[in-house]
Amino acid sequence: MSEVSSTTIAAISTALSESGIGIIRVSGPDAVSICSEILYDSKDNKVLSSMEAGNFRHCYVKSGEETIDECIVLLYRAPHSYTGEDTVELQCHGGVFLLKKVLALVIQMGAIMAAPGEFTRRAFLNGKMDLAQAEGVMDMISSRSESALRSSRDQMSGRVSAVIRDMRARILYETAYIESAIDDPEHFDLTGYEDHITDVVNGLKAETEKLIGSYASGRFVREGINTCIAGRPNSGKSSLLNLLTGQDRAIVSDIPGTTRDTIEEYVMLDDILLRLTDTAGIRNTDDPIESIGTKKALNAASGADLVLFMIDASEYLETDDMEIFSSVYEKKTIIILNKADKTLKIKPSDIYEHFRYSAGESIRNMTFEEFSDRYPCIIMCAADGHGQDELKREIKRLFYSGMVSSSSDIVITGLRHKELLCAAEVSLNNVLNAVSDGMETDIYTVDLMDAYKSLGLIIGEEIGDDLADEIFSKFCMGK
Amino acid sequence: MDLKCRGAEFNIDVAIVGAGHAGCEAALACSRLGLETVVFTVSVDSIALMPCNPNIGGSSKGHLVRELDALGGEMGKNIDKTFIQSKMLNTSKGPAVHSLRAQADKRDYSGSMRKVLESQEHLTIKQAEVCELLWEEIPVDSREGTYEKTVRGVRTQTGTVYHAKAVVLCTGVYLNSRCLTGESITYTGPNGLQAATHLSESLRNAGVELRRFKTGTPARMDGKTIDYSKMEEQKGDERIVPFSFSTDPETIQKDQVSCWLTHTNKNTHDIIRANLDRSPIYAGIIEGTGPRYCPSIEDKVVKFADKESHQVFIEPEGLYTDEVYVDGMSSSLPEDVQLAMYRTVPGLENCKIVRNAYAIEYDCINAKCLYPHLEFKKIKGLFAGGQFNGSSGYEEAAAQGFVAGVNAAMEILGKEFLVLKRSESYIGVLIDDLVTKDNREPYRMMTSRAEYRLLLRQDNADLRLRKYGHRVGLISDDVYEGVLTKQKQIEEETERLKGVMLGASSDVCRYLESLGSSPLGTATSLAQLLCRPELDYEKIAPLDPDRKPLPADVTEQVQIEIRYEGYIKRQEKQVREQERLEVKLIPENIGYDDVPSLRIEARQKLKEFRPVSVGQASRISGVSPADISVLLVYLEKINRSSERNG
Repeated sequence: MSEVSSTTIAAISTALSESGIGIIRVSGPDAVSICSEILYDSKDNKVLSSMEAGNFRHCYVKSGEETIDECIVLLYRAPHSYTGEDTVELQCHGGVFLLKKVLALVIQMGAIMAAPGEFTRRAFLNGKMDLAQAEGVMDMISSRSESALRSSRDQMSGRVSAVIRDMRARILYETAYIESAIDDPEHFDLTGYEDHITDVVNGLKAETEKLIGSYASGRFVREGINTCIAGRPNSGKSSLLNLLTGQDRAIVSDIPGTTRDTIEEYVMLDDILLRLTDTAGIRNTDDPIESIGTKKALNAASGADLVLFMIDASEYLETDDMEIFSSVYEKKTIIILNKADKTLKIKPSDIYEHFRYSAGESIRNMTFEEFSDRYPCIIMCAADGHGQDELKREIKRLFYSGMVSSSSDIVITGLRHKELLCAAEVSLNNVLNAVSDGMETDIYTVDLMDAYKSLGLIIGEEIGDDLADEIFSKFCMGK
Repeated sequence: MDLKCRGAEFNIDVAIVGAGHAGCEAALACSRLGLETVVFTVSVDSIALMPCNPNIGGSSKGHLVRELDALGGEMGKNIDKTFIQSKMLNTSKGPAVHSLRAQADKRDYSGSMRKVLESQEHLTIKQAEVCELLWEEIPVDSREGTYEKTVRGVRTQTGTVYHAKAVVLCTGVYLNSRCLTGESITYTGPNGLQAATHLSESLRNAGVELRRFKTGTPARMDGKTIDYSKMEEQKGDERIVPFSFSTDPETIQKDQVSCWLTHTNKNTHDIIRANLDRSPIYAGIIEGTGPRYCPSIEDKVVKFADKESHQVFIEPEGLYTDEVYVDGMSSSLPEDVQLAMYRTVPGLENCKIVRNAYAIEYDCINAKCLYPHLEFKKIKGLFAGGQFNGSSGYEEAAAQGFVAGVNAAMEILGKEFLVLKRSESYIGVLIDDLVTKDNREPYRMMTSRAEYRLLLRQDNADLRLRKYGHRVGLISDDVYEGVLTKQKQIEEETERLKGVMLGASSDVCRYLESLGSSPLGTATSLAQLLCRPELDYEKIAPLDPDRKPLPADVTEQVQIEIRYEGYIKRQEKQVREQERLEVKLIPENIGYDDVPSLRIEARQKLKEFRPVSVGQASRISGVSPADISVLLVYLEKINRSSERNG
């Protein structure tokens, strides 16, 4: 058997659909040691150390104290796995977001993102596949890497690549300056350069961090705003759901089983993607006997980015409304006074007066304006669509203030991009550490070029002769 | 000249064409390995000539000389015998970029090397122009692939034939060369030496593609006409470090000469700008591609128009002469412009030019037609080294000449070729770059080209490379044993320092504070103390009573290995990753059209370069990681097919 690699790779190996279960596969010499650090049983014992190859166990994925997901883990030992290497398979229960979170954790522990087709390539190189399959493997590698590159480009706005190009240019300039001073010490002086490079690197680091930070808001673009519709029975939740989903049936997920089983539905409002959770639950409450109580609202809202809180404005407020509010007020919440076609018994000012005493300290002292800004109140009629434009406006305001015209602002959306930015950040930190440890200037270039490389991978550029070209074009060398 | 004229015939093992820095190393390597070797030169007086700058070494070039010495080359020993000033560059930076540079007495350097060649057994020096390469259309299968032709020897201008098993081309800048000073063109090699005008044609007939490169040199002046009082003195180091690992430092401490620093100014630049139309480069007379890293003063003024001044170093050409070299002002402007331009520089107001600056154009190859062991891919027994391969610089030439010579010998002796890796030497980087990348200008070594430079220090060249010199037979058992002992001492001492813990006693803390170092908080190993920039191995001696006396070169290594351990380990890891691709060889007869799913650009590049390993393929621009994956799968497929077919 040929030994292919010393690296351990990881990837989500099921299609990124909205189905509840997804598989993360980790393969390579360190697969077991990496996963061992994050998988625990209910008694907080590491599960992999006591597992035999070929077995599976139920366990929890933990990052430090935080439990991310629960999963079934399967352990394969080389050569008895798909790739022929040690392989750990995590069958996770969460949706797309949690899957990516688990993957990010595995990568943080030392695995690297698998290149397109890499599992299959390793399988082939390790003799796990038939000779006749070789061409298929080659085809798959090349077509998958093409499509990965395309989707990577699609995922990125022109602004992001412009920012990254600019950062790379600055890194390259400084590296070329140091290199020129090494190659031609009599022409270039590095006295006091430590302070200069510290400034430059701090600037680059701040930008990198900003981009990494934007990944969170990028998530809304990428995966949709996780939205929960809450409210007492008969407040009009299913009308709102029908209004939203009915607008554009084509965009509602076409995964089989959506209409009956899935707990998530996707809805596009202009350029906003809403991921509606627990829609099945809402539909079921069409039966007026079965009510969705406050406890259930709390559960549904716990993972939500946005709560659409329906209130039947043709009735007076009830204690249940206050209870629901007290369980969702920490979220971004839009209060919808529904049934505007009837006589309204509740005004926004009533909401302010009643709700601000039903929840935490923080809102008790809010003025009406502050409260309305934090909890926009919309008068609408879900049955005929009246008020939905205002709803869209408010959602945009809450989530995309400053980044609404998504092409003009900088948001990164790909996990791979985020990983590469994190790698660049580590390299930039190393430069700062080298400066503070009193390392010599030439050492800085090691990490500067690593950062340059990581950023280059984001926009699909290799290093090639960049450095030599930069040295010659920017700095006038000796002789 | 009638090439068919009857001449004598000789049977030899290796013919070396050219006796410059590449040719000398090639000739010495072959003859020292016991092969009957003839080295041809157009003039015996130009053996190891330094037709350009009067120094050896410099940033990264000093590394090359050290490595060459570790392998058994001559350049380091020769400069140690003939230098007149020596300086370790970059001492304020990390050890990886420390580099030696020595000013040479040019006549002495050349004469001393000639003496070495003359006294070498099995080596014959022959003054003759080689006019024809002799070969036969005999395809040969070898471990490397299929050669179309086999070399048989060379013929000189007098018609004499030398039947040889291998030929090493080290023709430098002599092939069809012409020198340009303004409108004046002479068809000579450097310094007015005879050019080689026949060999290019013969090489083309053998299927070798040639191209045209260009380089230049500044004027030489009469030192008596220079006013040094207007310049800044540049002295050598107080303590001289030798190039060669076998030179005893005590034997080379001596009085040194100085170089002098001055600057160009606005007047200089105005004169140049006003006369650009008379520059053969800007007038379009020169076709060859020149090097960007050593631009002529015209280039500097045009390309860096906002720079008001450029540095100029005045360097002695030797102790035997008053002539000096004007470093930083190479030019191909006409003589009258040159004189006016030089005389604007402070200290050169009354200078007299002994030799004019000139540009030189010459024929050379694109080294992608060579294997990494520097043999032509299509012609068995034909090797090439030096500026002929598209490089520039004495040190780059010598390193390649050595490798080409050794491998010519390895082929004849049926032994394993010497191919150094990028991860173990600058020489490996140099040759890999030359044969793998699309070089469009004369190639100069630079530290930034070495991706693993923390491993490739000038101080550890012996530890890295003595073993290869020993394997090929140019380093004696004794010397090799010495390196093994040194290696062992380094490892043991490094381990010991990591193990010895110091408590935070008041004595220890007081001593550290006296050295400007912060006191200890907890128990700390001696190795951790060595990582503090303000401390070194000698300074911590009072805290380390149990240490045994060790040679200075051992403790130097220990200190570097400990202080840079994090970086060294990281680079070593990268090397191991890349190594997996380097050891995957690509059969020479691979048909890239048969590899499905390669992208078109990658297919074209792979066909053009025909890399020997997947590692080499991965460095070709235009070949993506996905293409490399596809290639790996394909190679595995044909591997398994051939196993199956027996």
